[in-house]
Amino acid sequence: MKDSTSPHNWVAEHIAVLPKSGIRDFFELVNSMTDVVSLGIGEPDFATPWHIREATIYALHRGFTHYTSNLGDLRLRKAIVNYAQQNFGVSYSPETECIVTVGVSEGLDILMRSILNPGDEVLYHEPCYVSYAPTIRMTHAVPVAVQTREEKNFVLDIADLEAKVTARTKALLLNYPNNPTGAGLTAADKQALADFVQRHDLLLISDEIYEELSYVPRSASIAALPGMKERTVVLNGMSKAFAMTGYRLGYAMGPAMIIDAMMKVHQYSMLCAPVLSQAAALEALRKGSVARESMRQEYEQRRNVIVKRLNEMGLRCFLPHGAFYVFPCIQGTGLNSYEFAMQLLQQKKVAVVPGTAFGPSGEGFVRCSYAAKMEDIETAMSRMQEFLTGK
Amino acid sequence: MNKLKKDILALLQTNARLTEQEIADRLQSQPETVAALIKEMEHDGLILGYTVVVSPDVEKDQVRAIIEVQVQPERDAGFDNFARALAKFPEVSAVHLVSGRYDLHLEVVGNSLQDVAAFVASQLACQDGVKSTATLFLLKKYKEAGIEFEKEEKYERLNFTP
Repeated sequence: MKDSTSPHNWVAEHIAVLPKSGIRDFFELVNSMTDVVSLGIGEPDFATPWHIREATIYALHRGFTHYTSNLGDLRLRKAIVNYAQQNFGVSYSPETECIVTVGVSEGLDILMRSILNPGDEVLYHEPCYVSYAPTIRMTHAVPVAVQTREEKNFVLDIADLEAKVTARTKALLLNYPNNPTGAGLTAADKQALADFVQRHDLLLISDEIYEELSYVPRSASIAALPGMKERTVVLNGMSKAFAMTGYRLGYAMGPAMIIDAMMKVHQYSMLCAPVLSQAAALEALRKGSVARESMRQEYEQRRNVIVKRLNEMGLRCFLPHGAFYVFPCIQGTGLNSYEFAMQLLQQKKVAVVPGTAFGPSGEGFVRCSYAAKMEDIETAMSRMQEFLTGK
Repeated sequence: MNKLKKDILALLQTNARLTEQEIADRLQSQPETVAALIKEMEHDGLILGYTVVVSPDVEKDQVRAIIEVQVQPERDAGFDNFARALAKFPEVSAVHLVSGRYDLHLEVVGNSLQDVAAFVASQLACQDGVKSTATLFLLKKYKEAGIEFEKEEKYERLNFTP
């Protein structure tokens, strides 16, 4: 008989063992402070371009407030595959190879639930976005982290992948341009990774949410390489390129068999992505390129400034290829990532994210986001400089 | 014009007070290079001046008007001589030739309604070649040089997100 004095534990075992973020207290401390200059924000500081907001309002006026097809409004799916053709050089069928999701987060979740059996292994690089390992674990599959290293500018090394691949490995999950490091892949990197997944008959999952925020000439999408389209699922969305995080709108493109399976999970859990967000996405994809490019240019200039200042103050970092993060090494300070971030916050009221938030291999680094106004970046850099010189 | 010059101009057009160092840092250049290119563009007449966008409060003692002018064009010269002559008046802050139902679009600044009215009546409308004028007084300024005067309410963003 159960002990009636202790509350019943209703939580499923595999959820109970999911770790909460190790820096949760730090998150909460920062979010409770009001006068912080924050370089800790993983979303654009720009307001959503006005024409996109206006299109949302117009959709509401027209009573565009009902369910859409489970896969998403066909007009939107057509716009997505057109956009992908023009911007990433890959062709998909809007009817069978594209699904509209609630951000990349849901896209990743329903993809994992669609492809993974209990015990399957998924390779992914670390440092990485915080949801990867939990999303894999929630399907009773096994996340297998592969470290990336500063000396390789945080690009996955094939030898490291080879060391971790097993008979149970089902997929490789990539996110380039990368959160939190800003790393990007060259054409040669993409080819090497494509060869690796083909050699081991793996599915490639490419989270390309930062793809449009690239500051180097972009090479062909990995999905466009020979033999790759049939084994690649591309995840992307509106959040970063069009400053639409709160709209929660993403999409997945890949083999019809997988999209169809994802549709089942999506249908029974989400039904469809919010219709107003779909209307806004349609506007963004059709007419948003000017606003998108102007934001990209601004990020690029901020990147140049922040990288120069960090290196000048002795926090070594490479020039990121994309996204809006820079990942300086703080080992020279003698502090660990958490101590560095906490002391910087307490002494100078500047928020950066300890690298360990993105996995243990982020130790020795902090993530600075340049999705912040140039004057905030400059203030933050001056205060960090003071922090380092002990002023 | 090379890309660096274009990029410098684009930055100066949003904020002419950026220092050469700031511009260089943003564009991955050197302050000396930026200074030299700005000098060159000033010399070549690509940069004609620097100005400031001020709040309507600063201009509350001024009256601004747009004046639409219909002009009889001249053989060979078209509207050019006339437009250049109007540009010489200190009251006139901008002159454009426009398409549509009138020809020249003037922006005029004065200290009072009477000032502007007097300029139109005694200096502009009586010029040879002027067929008609229409004066539109500006009542309130909402946006100028790409800058909105009433800032959008600050939108909420968490201080810290992964």
